[in-house]
Amino acid sequence: MSAEQRGRLILEDGTVFEGKSFGYESPTAGEVVFNTAMTGYPESLTDPSYEGQILVTTYPILGNYGVPPRGEKDSVSEFYESDHIHARAIIAQDYSKEHSHWLSNRSLGDWLKEEHIPGLYGIDTRALTKHLREKGSMLGKIVIGDASDDSIDFYDPNKENLVGKVSCKNVETFGDGEKTVVLVDCGVKHNIIRCLTRRGVKVIMVPWDYDFTTIDYDGLFISNGPGNPDFAEKTVENLKKAIDKGKPICGICMGNQLLSKAAGAKTYKLKYGHRSHNQPVRKVDSDICFVTSQNHGFAVDSSTLPEDWEPLFINMNDGTNEGIRHKTKPFFSAQFHPEASSGPKDTEFLFDDFISLL
Amino acid sequence: MTEVKIKKVLLLGSGALKIGEAGEFDYSGSQALKAMKEEGIETVLINPNIATVQTSDGFADKIYFLPVTPYFVEKVIEKERPQGILLAFGGQTALNCGVELYQSGVLEKYGVQVLGTPVQAIMDTEDRELFVKKLDEIDVKTIKSEAVESVDAALDAASALGYPVIVRAAYALGGLGSGFCDNEEELRILVEKALSFSPQVLVEKSLKGWKEVEYEVVRDRYDNCITVCNMENLDPLGIHTGESIVVAPSQTLSNEDYHYLRKLAIKIIRHIGIVGECNVQYAFDPQSMDYRVIEVNARLSRSSALASKATGYPLAFVAAKLGLGYGLFDLRNSVTKETSAFFEPALDYIVVKIPRWDLGKFHGVRREIGSSMKSVGEVMAIGRTFEEAIQKGLRMIGQGMHGFVGNHELKVGDVEKALREPTDKRIFVIAQAMQQGLSVEKIHELTKIDRWFLHKLHHIIDTENELDQTEGIKNLDLSLLRKAKEEGFSDFQIAKLVEKDFNGKVEEKIGEVRQLRKSNGILPVVKQIDTLGGEFPAQTNYLYLTYNGSENDIKYLHDGRSVVVLGSGAYRIGSSVEFDWCSVNALMTVKKEGWRSVMINYNPETVSTDYDMCDRLYFDELTYERVMDILELENPHGVILSVGGQIPNNLATRLDKAGVNILGTSAKSIDNAEDRHKFSAMLDEHGIDQPRWRELTSLDDINKFIEEVGFPVLVRPSYVLSGAAMNVCSNHEELERFLKLAANVSKQHPVVVTEFIQHAKEIEMDAVADKGEIIAYAISEHIEFAGVHSGDATIQFPPQKLYVETMRRIKKVSSQIAKALNISGPFNIQYLAKNNDIKVIECNLRASRSFPFVSKVLKINFIDIATKIMLGLPAERPHKNAFDLDYVGIKASQFSFSRLQGADPVLGVDMSSTGEVGCIGVDTDEAILKSMLSVGYRIPKHAVLLSTGSPKQKIDMLDAAHKLFNKGYKIYATGGTHQFLTENGIGATKVYWPSQKEMEPQALDLLHDKEIDLVVNIPKNLTSTELTNGYKIRRAAIDLNIPLLTNARLASAFIEAFTSLPVDEIEIKSWDEY
Repeated sequence: MSAEQRGRLILEDGTVFEGKSFGYESPTAGEVVFNTAMTGYPESLTDPSYEGQILVTTYPILGNYGVPPRGEKDSVSEFYESDHIHARAIIAQDYSKEHSHWLSNRSLGDWLKEEHIPGLYGIDTRALTKHLREKGSMLGKIVIGDASDDSIDFYDPNKENLVGKVSCKNVETFGDGEKTVVLVDCGVKHNIIRCLTRRGVKVIMVPWDYDFTTIDYDGLFISNGPGNPDFAEKTVENLKKAIDKGKPICGICMGNQLLSKAAGAKTYKLKYGHRSHNQPVRKVDSDICFVTSQNHGFAVDSSTLPEDWEPLFINMNDGTNEGIRHKTKPFFSAQFHPEASSGPKDTEFLFDDFISLL
Repeated sequence: MTEVKIKKVLLLGSGALKIGEAGEFDYSGSQALKAMKEEGIETVLINPNIATVQTSDGFADKIYFLPVTPYFVEKVIEKERPQGILLAFGGQTALNCGVELYQSGVLEKYGVQVLGTPVQAIMDTEDRELFVKKLDEIDVKTIKSEAVESVDAALDAASALGYPVIVRAAYALGGLGSGFCDNEEELRILVEKALSFSPQVLVEKSLKGWKEVEYEVVRDRYDNCITVCNMENLDPLGIHTGESIVVAPSQTLSNEDYHYLRKLAIKIIRHIGIVGECNVQYAFDPQSMDYRVIEVNARLSRSSALASKATGYPLAFVAAKLGLGYGLFDLRNSVTKETSAFFEPALDYIVVKIPRWDLGKFHGVRREIGSSMKSVGEVMAIGRTFEEAIQKGLRMIGQGMHGFVGNHELKVGDVEKALREPTDKRIFVIAQAMQQGLSVEKIHELTKIDRWFLHKLHHIIDTENELDQTEGIKNLDLSLLRKAKEEGFSDFQIAKLVEKDFNGKVEEKIGEVRQLRKSNGILPVVKQIDTLGGEFPAQTNYLYLTYNGSENDIKYLHDGRSVVVLGSGAYRIGSSVEFDWCSVNALMTVKKEGWRSVMINYNPETVSTDYDMCDRLYFDELTYERVMDILELENPHGVILSVGGQIPNNLATRLDKAGVNILGTSAKSIDNAEDRHKFSAMLDEHGIDQPRWRELTSLDDINKFIEEVGFPVLVRPSYVLSGAAMNVCSNHEELERFLKLAANVSKQHPVVVTEFIQHAKEIEMDAVADKGEIIAYAISEHIEFAGVHSGDATIQFPPQKLYVETMRRIKKVSSQIAKALNISGPFNIQYLAKNNDIKVIECNLRASRSFPFVSKVLKINFIDIATKIMLGLPAERPHKNAFDLDYVGIKASQFSFSRLQGADPVLGVDMSSTGEVGCIGVDTDEAILKSMLSVGYRIPKHAVLLSTGSPKQKIDMLDAAHKLFNKGYKIYATGGTHQFLTENGIGATKVYWPSQKEMEPQALDLLHDKEIDLVVNIPKNLTSTELTNGYKIRRAAIDLNIPLLTNARLASAFIEAFTSLPVDEIEIKSWDEY
C-alpha cells in the first residue's frame, strides 16, 4: 500500500484542518456542510442536493460497510440516489480501509477514486462542526499533498443554478399505472421515484424548467434539489400555473420551497442548515411528531405565507418551517425527506396521502 | 395528562445487586424519583438495598427497606395508599412483583394505577407464547420456539426443531437457567434446572453466529415514537448480551439495515402498547436482511442504562414523565436544554461496553461464556475510533490488563479451540491468535465476529509490531507515537513495547513517554457529549478524553475551584454500589460547600456517572495517566480518593509524588496502612495486638512458622496461578496441595501466612476522623465467626452481643490508630475478638463497604462529615445521643451462585457475594428476617435438610434444630447429624449422601422431588474440597432453587428468627419512622 498523502481543508476564514487523504488525489472546492447522520454515506454522496458541497460527517468512523454495487433496477439506481456522487468531497475523523458487509463490493475509498472525489480523514470533525455552527456554513477547499493552497480557488455553489445543473435533460417515464404523476426533477433522489412507482402510478419525470402543464397529469410532484431556490424561477412560474389548474401537488425539500414561492412566500438561507437523520418535526395543531431525515440550507419563512396557505409541519428544535399546505385545495409539501434513504422512514405515509388525493 | 390526579407514587426497587440485575436499577430508579419530584409528587420507595443512592435522603419521600415481594408491597400499599405505582424501574424483580400484584387483584383493590406501560403489555412480552402470538399478528418474525412445561415435551420440541437448540426459562432475568444443547442428554439436564426457576421453559432453534443488535425505543401515549440508540454486540448471537462486548451505535449495519430494524422496533412497540421505554433485541443475518426478534423488555434494563450513558439521553427520567401522561413533545432535551426531547441522539464518538467477570473468585465454576450471564459488572469506554475505545475499555476492566496488547502473556493451550469456545478471556485470546499470525478470516470463521471488528483489532496489532521494532523511547518516531495514542495505547504499553525490558524502572520509563508526548504537543483533548453531534451547544459537562481531536470543548478557568472525586470503576465482587453512594455523597457535599464538583468514573451502572450529579463528569479511565491528564487540565484545589474504594486509593502515592493535592489523609499515611510491614510495625510500636503473620519464601520456612502458631493458617500467595487468591489450610496436606496447585512460592513470589483464630468474632469499625481525632464512628459485629469474608458476612449494627469491655477496647485502639496515622477522612478497621481480646486484622484509610449501611442506620451521613473535613471545614461532631439506637440494622449478602454453573456455593475467606441489603427492625429477629427474605430466602413450609458439620458446629445448631422440631418441621438429616439429633431427642429422618449409592432415601432425590424447602449444609472445615458429597448437595440446592445456608451461626440466627416471629408480625415501618 502506498504511503498516505496528507490533505488539508482550508476554510474561507483562513482556518486550516490537516488530515490524510483516502479518496481521489486532486484539489476541490465547495461549500462545507456537516451532517450528523450515523449511517448512509452512499446515499448522501449520491444525493443531488449535495451538489457543490463538501460533506463533513460528525459520526467519526466512516466507510465501515463499504459501498454497494452500481446497478439499476426498474430504470433507477438500485442502491444509490442518483447515478453518480454529487458531493465535492467527504471528510471524517476516522476511515475504515477494511469494510464489511454482504452487499458491498468495494471500499468507500475505491469508489471515491473511481468517481474522482477526494476524501479526508484524521480531521477533528467535531471542532470543524462547532466552527461551522458558530460561524455558519462557509466555503472551503481541499488540497492534497504538497500542492499549494492556491492551486484551486474557492467556489460558491449558491451563486449558481445548481437545480439546472443536476436536473435531467429529457422527459423520462417510470412505472406504470392508471394515474399519472408528473415529477419535476430539481435534483431528484431515486428513492422518490421508487416510492411513487411502488404505489402503482406512472411517473413522467420532466426537467426543472419544463412546462409540464402541457401534460395531462393526475398529480404533480416537485422533487428535492440543491442550492438556492431563487435560481429555479422557471419552475416557480410553471407551479403557479399548476396551482391554478388545481390538480393535487406535493413537494419535498426544494419542492417545499418552490411551492411556497409559487404561493407567494419567501425563502431565506439558514445559518448552517439541517443535515441529519434526527430532526424532530411536529404536525401543526396536533400531538403528532416525526423523526425526519433532512438536508437543506434554505428554509421557507412561514410568516410570509399568504392567507389561504398555512404551515403543515414545524421543526421542534428551532421552530423553522417544515412544510405547508393549502387551506382548501390538495396542495402540500414537506421540507424534510419522507422518502428517507438515508434516514428514518417514519413519514413515508405522505406518499400514500398524495396518492390518495389523485 | 392522566385521568386520576396522581399525588403519591410507589416505586419498586430491584433489591440487592445480583448477576443480571445490578447497579443500573439504582440509576433508573433515582432518575424516576427525580422526575416525580420535579412534578411535586410524593414518592414512596421499597428497596432493601441500603447502599443505593435512591434509598438516600432527598431522593424519595418515604423509604422502606423491605423485600420487594408481593406480600410486603401489598402491606406498604395498604399503609401508604399511593394512587400510582412504577414497575419499570426496578428490573425483573419489580416487574415480576408488579405482575403478581396485578394478577392477584391487589392493585385494583387499593385503586393503584400502573403508570406507564400497562401490565397486559408487560405480560405480552414476558410470556413467550403470548409474545410470539402478539408479533405474529403484525407479521414480525420471532425465533421459532416451543413453550414446554415438562422435560418430555422439551425433548419432543427439540427433535422437531433440530439440534442445536437453546433453552430459556420464562420470567427469568439475565438468561437465568438458559443454555445451548447439542443433544438430548444436555437438554434433559438443562430443562430440569430451568423448570425449577420457572413453570415454563422455551426450546428454540439456535441462530448461533447471527449478529445481535438492540434498539432502545421510547413511546408516549400519543403514539409518538423514537429510537434513542441502537447497539451492536461484537460477540455474535450465542453469547448473552450481558456477556458481550457491545458497541453503540452499530458499526456494521448499512443505512438500510439500520432503518429496517428501527422501523420494525417502532412497529413492535406500537403494537404492544408500551408507554415509556422498551428494548428490542434482534438476531440479524450477516448475509441478508433476515432477522428474528429475540426479545422485548418492557422496562428499563441494563441496556437502557447503557444507552442513556452512551447517548446522554436520560431514558429513565423521560420514561417516568411519559408514565405520568406527558407527550415527548412536552419535554426538553436535558443536555441542550433548548431542543426537544422528541429526537434521536446523534453520536460523534463510539462507545464500547465490556463486561467484567470475577470467575476467579469461585471454586469449580465453568469459565465458558454463553447464553447465561455470569459477569458482575461492566465498563463503558468512549473514543473517536474503535481502537481507542476498546483499548480504554480493556484497561478499565481492571484485571491487570493494559489494553488489547502489552499484557502478561496468557496461557492458552489450543488457541483455535479457545476462539471457538469462548471464555471470559476471549478478547485476549484474539490478540494472541493475531500475534501468532492467524488471519482475520480464520478468526472470523472460528468466532463469527464480524470482520470489521477484527480488522480494527488487527490495526492495534500492526501498531504493536511497529512499536516493537523501535529500540527504546529515544528512537520513538513521533508520528508513530501519535498514531499509537490515537489507537488508545497507554504510555505504559508504549514504553513496554519499545523498551522491551523495564529493568525495574517502570514508572521512570512511563514518565519518559509522557514527557516526550507533552513536549511534542501530543495531548488528549476533552470532548463533550451533547446528544446532537455538535449541531446545538450542550449546557452540561458530560466529558471524555480522546487523542482523535485537535481542540478542547471546554474552556478551563484555572481558578482552583474544582474538587475532583475519583469514582469506583467497574462493579466487581468486593466493590459495588456502596462506593457509588459514597462518591455521590462526596460530590453533593463538595457542591453544597461551593466548590466545582468534578467526577471521574467509567461505570455506566452508576448514579455518579449521571451528568446532573456534578458540575463536570469525565467519563474516563481511573489510571494514573488519565487522571493526571485531567488534573493538568482542571488544575483543581484538590482530589478526593477515599470514597471510591481501592482503585483510587491505590493511586495515592503516585499522585502525591506528582504534586497533586490529596484532600484528607496523606498519601504517606495511606501507604503506612496499606504496606503490611509498615502497618505491622506501627501496631507493635503502640502495643496493639494482631494475628501473627510472616512473609515467607519457602515451604520450610512456612512449616517452621506453622510449628509456632499451629493450624489452621491463612495463606495468601503474592502470585496466583489459578483459583482463589487466599485459602485457609487446616493441615499439611491441604497446605501443600494449595501451594502446589494455586501458588508459586519463591523469593520473587513470597507467601503471607497468618495464624487463623477459630471461633472468634469479627468486628468492624467504620469511622471518620479529623487530624487524627475520631469524630464519628460505628461499631458493628458479624453474625458469622471470623473466616467468612467481611463482604459476605451478615453484619449487625449496633452490635447486640458484644461485651461492653470489647467495645471500649475497640474504641481505644481505633483512636490510637487514627492518631498514629493522622487520619483526616473516612476509615475502616476490622478486628477479631475472642473473650475480651481484640486483634487488628485490617485497616483501610478510605470509606468501606459498610459506610452507607451504618450511615443510614445511624442517620448520620459519614461521607458528608468526611468530605467537609477533607475540604478543611470545621468538623461537626454528632451529638452523643445520636449513637444510642433502639432498633437494629442487619446487612445481609446476596449471592449469585445460581448463575455460576459449577461454582461451590460455600463461603470462605475470599468474597463471593455480588450484593447486599440492609434492613432495620426492632430487634435482631425482625431485622434478620427482613434482610434474609430480601436476599431471596424463603421461610420453609414443610421440611428442612440438615447436615451440620463438625461436632462443635452441631452443638451450635442444636438450639435451632429444637426450634424447627417444635414448630413441626419435618427434619431430614445426613448420617452424623441424624445420630446427633436423635441423641438429643429430636426426631429426624435419616437420608444418604450421593456416595452411599445403594441406600435410600437419597438426599439428592428428595431435593429433586421438591420434598425439602430449606437446606442447611455446613462444610466440616474451611478448605475447598471439590466434588465431595457436600458439594453435590449444595450445588443441587442452588440449581433447584432451594434456599441454602452453609454457616452454622447464620443458619441458627435465621431459624431462630422465623420460628419466633411470624411474618405477619413484621412491622411495616419506613426509614424515618425508626
